[in-house]
Amino acid sequence: MVPAFSPEEITAIVLSVKVALVAAVASLPLGVACGWLLARREFPGKALFDALLLLPLVMPPVVTGYVLLIAFGNQGVLGQWLRETLGIQLAFRWTGAALACAVMGFPLMVRAIRLSIEATDRRLEAAAATLGAAPWRVFFTVTLPLAWPGLVAGAVLAFAKALGEFGATITFVSNIPGQTQTLSAAIYGLLQVPGGEAGIWRLTAVAFVISLLALLLSEWLVRRQRVLQER
Amino acid sequence: MLSVDIELRRGDYRRHVRIEETARVVALVGPSGAGKTSVLNAIAGLLRPQAGRIVVDDRVLFDAAARVDVPAHRRRIGYVFQDARLFPHLDVAANLRYGRHGGQAQARFAFDDIVALLGIGALLQRRPRHLSGGEAQRVAIGRALLSQPALLLLDEPLSALDAARREELIPYLQRVRDELALPMLYVSHREEEVRRIAEAVHVLD
Repeated sequence: MVPAFSPEEITAIVLSVKVALVAAVASLPLGVACGWLLARREFPGKALFDALLLLPLVMPPVVTGYVLLIAFGNQGVLGQWLRETLGIQLAFRWTGAALACAVMGFPLMVRAIRLSIEATDRRLEAAAATLGAAPWRVFFTVTLPLAWPGLVAGAVLAFAKALGEFGATITFVSNIPGQTQTLSAAIYGLLQVPGGEAGIWRLTAVAFVISLLALLLSEWLVRRQRVLQER
Repeated sequence: MLSVDIELRRGDYRRHVRIEETARVVALVGPSGAGKTSVLNAIAGLLRPQAGRIVVDDRVLFDAAARVDVPAHRRRIGYVFQDARLFPHLDVAANLRYGRHGGQAQARFAFDDIVALLGIGALLQRRPRHLSGGEAQRVAIGRALLSQPALLLLDEPLSALDAARREELIPYLQRVRDELALPMLYVSHREEEVRRIAEAVHVLD
């Protein structure tokens, strides 16, 4: 028995997955860079850097959304620059929702990536260096292949987080059906109207299943890394 | 020709090490905690000495006064670790081919020769986790040699093996010593092993 989704619900689900996917994939390179920095390098201000990266996790999402609106809104400095030079508009567009989700998921992603890089054996990196591998080659031929399941796990976590993102997204890009109305926003919208219970249940079930699958996948990937590192 | 005159410091641990050796195969011996591994790490560029100078065959690798500190990947120092440290995600052949000091043009040690010398031809497709301790150590020696090093460091390469495996590996080390004109620095705390492999002994106390 397949529950009958309304076209609006399907739109919200597809949009949510698209936004979350783009957010997770686009922020992965930066997440790897930050995770590697935190795992492998000592530098002044590292504690502050770490705290700033974690900030979206503990700050009220509405505040994060507001900061994004100030910076990337149509009147914002970065928003104006992006629109005039690259023709990219973020405010009230799905791309803006992806940015908000990426920012909110980033702490989770960096944490997972940092842990997986910390778990890779530095002695293997040292061995690679004595074999003539420059630092970038060590990273791409030793660190990355050994840590990749952890990196993907980080992206999957960010994806799951992005799927459930609500506060920052609705503050930054509002709740426009077909454009920025994600799963969470659609559920919230249905809560405001009488008779929306059936729709709420359907969307809740979808959110539950996707989140659970994402978590299982990320756990499997972390175990996969341990197997990969066994010697 | 190996010339090491360095100051090592880590926390309260402080040590001045001076080695001047002209013999080709030198054993570095001394009680555990004497800093044997630290000396190897300093020569390989994995550990920065507080002060001093490291010169291998007239190449200055480290000179604190002159602010010279050649990075590990440009030192051409082969290193066989106590724990092999093969790359677990690569098979034996890929491990052997990983090193690339100096490029292929001036390759002194050829792949097939080293594989034959160490008797690892049958292992090439295997993953490191399917190797015995002695096999892994032979592959590690081959990997270090194929990186075309100017000096080979060996840090107790037999210590992780039982007596029988040690006996098996010693002839391979002797072949490496006799058939390749390569300077070697061999760390060990077993007198008998040292007698069978090294030409000169430097005691670290």
